[in-house]
Parts: sequence; structure tokens; C-alpha cells
Amino acid sequence: MSLNDITRSAVEDFLYQEAALLDEWRLDEWLSLLTDDAIYQIPSTDAPDSQARDSLFLIADDATRIKARVKRLNDTEAHAEFPRSRTRRMISNVRIIERDRDTLAVNANFSVFRYRRNAPLRQFVGRYEYLLRVTAEGLRIAERRVILDPTELGMLGAVSFIL
Amino acid sequence: MTETPFIIDQPEDMVFRLNRRTLADPEILIREQTKIFDKSWIYCGHESEVSKPGDFCTRTVCGRPVIFSRDSEGNVRVYLNACRHRAAMVCREAFGNTRRYNCFYHGWSYNRDGELVGVPGEESYPPGFDKANFSLAEPPRVDSYRGFWFISFNPAIMDLKEYLSGATEYIDLVADQSPSGEMQIIKGTQEYDIRANWKLLVENSFDDYHLLTTHKTWLDYMKDSGVQVEPPKEQGILLPSKGIGKGLGNGHAVIDNVNFRGRPVAKWISIYGEDAKEEINEIRAELVERLGEKRAARVADTNRNLVVFPNLVINDGSSVTIRTFWPVAADHMKVTAWALGTMEESERARARRLDSFLTFYGPGGFATPDDVEALEAVQEGLATWRETEWSEMTRGLNKEGEQLNTDEEHLRAFWRQWNSLMTADL
Repeated sequence: MSLNDITRSAVEDFLYQEAALLDEWRLDEWLSLLTDDAIYQIPSTDAPDSQARDSLFLIADDATRIKARVKRLNDTEAHAEFPRSRTRRMISNVRIIERDRDTLAVNANFSVFRYRRNAPLRQFVGRYEYLLRVTAEGLRIAERRVILDPTELGMLGAVSFIL
Repeated sequence: MTETPFIIDQPEDMVFRLNRRTLADPEILIREQTKIFDKSWIYCGHESEVSKPGDFCTRTVCGRPVIFSRDSEGNVRVYLNACRHRAAMVCREAFGNTRRYNCFYHGWSYNRDGELVGVPGEESYPPGFDKANFSLAEPPRVDSYRGFWFISFNPAIMDLKEYLSGATEYIDLVADQSPSGEMQIIKGTQEYDIRANWKLLVENSFDDYHLLTTHKTWLDYMKDSGVQVEPPKEQGILLPSKGIGKGLGNGHAVIDNVNFRGRPVAKWISIYGEDAKEEINEIRAELVERLGEKRAARVADTNRNLVVFPNLVINDGSSVTIRTFWPVAADHMKVTAWALGTMEESERARARRLDSFLTFYGPGGFATPDDVEALEAVQEGLATWRETEWSEMTRGLNKEGEQLNTDEEHLRAFWRQWNSLMTADL
């Protein structure tokens, strides 16, 4: 598969598959969609355009930390997610922004609905910025950056699941 | 009608109980607003957030919108963010730099020094109207200690330094980490809510008794990263290192622990990686040269979680976290957290500090979300406060002298001050 053959609908299929794995809490399978050097980041809501090296983020995981995060979330003593959140991800407005060597820059809008225990619905709204790498096994996530639209997390509380 | 007491404090009988109503009853919160928040020194901001004339940050302190700013001469000033004409906020941006604070409603405008300088149609006001009488209002008391600015709505309150009492020692330990003594709030603010009473976060911020069970997955993560987390073989110690808890006067209190989880300034652990060793050792060497061996060890080999009464927390350890929180309702608070770093640190050291912050702290950290869950679980359980009226808070009460971080002397120190203010005549 060469980079220029990849269509938007192929990217959409990939993102929908990722969303299904996350909504179903199949986190070990989700890990297999990531490259060995993947990063997962959520900037603070008041500094959405910042870099994690010089600004305080909500999440700034390298590949090792992502694996540690999944290990934690698979443990029933990760109390914030036991019982687990029920999430439903809506992904739309998928756009291929740039093609460069073996990498696609993709932006998408998201609305993630989250229910947990008896808490009211919490709705996370924002934009995904992906760097997807074309590999022999298909598309893989090299970078996954989540830009939240709310100016503060407020009643969204903790981002204790994979957003 | 006599009210059931808020606390029963009889150390001679080994009794210290907290009435759970203090954490659940909306009536208590109404009283706290006038008896606690309006009577205390309250943290407003750090001077590094407004480094140049005209810099400002807007925030809510004690339920009042304020502008934390630098005036034209470079002095830190705090204005109440309300036009003197009809009270509309004169600044609606979160932060920035300005020459004027303009009220868009009828067009009154104020300069950086808070003076009213523009009134459209001024000639229609009767004789005697003088702009000089309508400067932006300021809190009755504003003062700072080593870069930390506080305000008070209590004109008669004691001076800030006297109020801070023993907490100054711990603020000094923060500021002394910087070669110039200047620390800096790092860009990026964590703002989130917890559906729990604000005093539960006071307790949680320096309650080390909960670490082993609430943060089991974080301890596992540390262990997986090569950090020694087994408790030393010393009687009564639950945690990976020894720590003490103590009151510091006026309701402030601290846990003061031997470091096991690393410090950007300046204690290397495996989690930072081999390539960070040299720089952390250099930072350590600078500390020793400037402060001497003993003081450098005090700064770099202990972790301190400080509560400045009533609602400022400084967690000075694997990072420096500044955290303040406000009750929205008896069972709901808003939390704001910043990372503080030394002004001089290199890009690599800054990145390492931020990374270290996120392993434990914040809404996406490996520990804070479990604290949030714990506090919310407490709050839900507190709906039984009428049936199960008292919480036991006696850990360490029988000990003479030093108390552990897993004891509760520091929690009792907070609650005694809270009780004395709540029961004082206005």
C-alpha cells in the first residue's frame, strides 16, 4: 500500500476500528495499532497549541507510558475506572491534511459520550490530530493528540480513560 | 438550640471525632464563606504570571472576580473585576497584556493603575462628579511572600508573614530551589471539578495513609520503573520511606517525607533515565555550593506536601504543584493546578519536570484520578451523615513527640483551626 493510494474512507475505517476497540475496552488490541515510538497527548485546555516539553499538559505519554497506562487501566485497582466508564465515540469531519514520505497527518472531530456509575452524562468534544504511519501491516498511529474544546475540564472531571 | 459540635477534641481521652455534617450540609458552606474564606489570607497568584507592566490574569478568588496584574510602575496589583459604574466585568480574557481595562457596556475605561480615565459623555454627570473617586476597587489586604501573592477581605487580619507562621519554612524550601530565588509558573493550567466537599481535598492532599491502597497502580508503575517502593524495616512504617506529619500554626500543616520518588531539584532516580543523571547532579552541585551541604540535602532529599489554610496546597516533590480549590456547593469544588519550576532551568530540565508532574498528578495522571474517585466515593457515603454522625481521626493521638505522615496530627491541625474560626463570634 503506498501513501498516495490511501483514501479518506480507508482512514475513516481505521479510526472507526480504533474507536470500537476503545469503546469496548479492548486496550491490548488498541496497543497493537500504535507504532513502537507512539505518543499520546492532551494539552491543557488553556494552552491547546502548546508543546509538552515546555507546557503543562493533561496527558503527555511516550510509548512506554502508554503501555503503563494500559496496564493500569487493566487493573481493577485503577479505582477511577473501576467500575469502568461506558463510552461512545462519534468521529466525523475526517480530513487528510498532509502526506509526507510514509506519514499521513489526519484531523478529525470527535464527540465522546461518557457514562460512569450514577454520574450524569459527560460529553467530551474536540479534535483529534493524528500522525498515521503506513507500514507493511497497514496504518499505525505514531501520534495521537487530543485537543479539547472546553475552556476548562469542569464537570468532565478526570480524563481517566483513553480519550 | 445547641448545635452538635463540629469536632470532639479530647486528646486526654484519646478522642478526636469529626462531625460528618461539616462535609455535607449546605448550611455549613454558607457559614464558611463569611467565617473562613472572608477571614483568611487567600492565595491569588504567583508573581511570575504577571512579569511585565500591563500583564494580567483574571480569576475568581473568594467568589469575587479579580484581576491579578502589574501596574505601570511594575507593582503587582489586584483589582476587583467590576466596573464602578454598573459592575460589569472590565476584563473578560483569561490572561494577556493591556494598556486599558475597558468596560464595553457603557464605555468606562481604566488604566493599568486602576484609575478611571475615560467616561463617555462625562459632561452629563452633575457637578462634583470626580473620576478620581471611581478607581477600580482593590481587596482590603494584598501581600506576598517569596513570590506568592495573597489577598484578604478581612481588613483586620494579621500580617501575611505572621499568618503563614511555620508554613514560611516550607515556602522557603520551594523558593530556595532556584539559583536566583525566582520560581516560575509554567504555561498550561489544569482545571477540573470534583463532586466532593472542598475540605476533602485539603485532607487528601497530605493524607499519606491512603497511598498504599488508593494509589496501588501508581506504586506498581514506580516499581516497574525500577524505583524502590518496599517499606523500610522499621516499625509502623507503611510507605516506601519515612515521613512525618505536623501542624505549622494557624491551621497550616505539612507532611515532610524522605524522598523516594525523585526530584527535579535534585535527586536522580531510575525513572529519569541514565542520560539525565549528569544534569541532575549538576543541579545538586549548584544547590550545595549556594546553600551548603546540609541545606541542599534538606531541599533535595525530602518531599513536602504543604497546606496553607484554608485552600492552597503546594506539593513539593517529584514536581512542584500549586493547587487551589473553591467550593461551588457543599458537595462540589473547582480545582486549579499549576506546575512551578525554577526560572533558570534548561529546556531538558523543564521537560523532565513536566513529565515527572504528569506521572502522578492531574486529571490524566496515574494517581489524581483515583483521588478524585476516592473523594467522590466519600461524598456519596456522606449522605448517611445523619445516621453515622462521626468520623474517627485519632491516628497517632497517643504518641508523644513526632507523628508519622500516615498519622493524622496534621489533619487535626487543619480541623482545629477550621473549628475555631467557625465557632468564633463574627
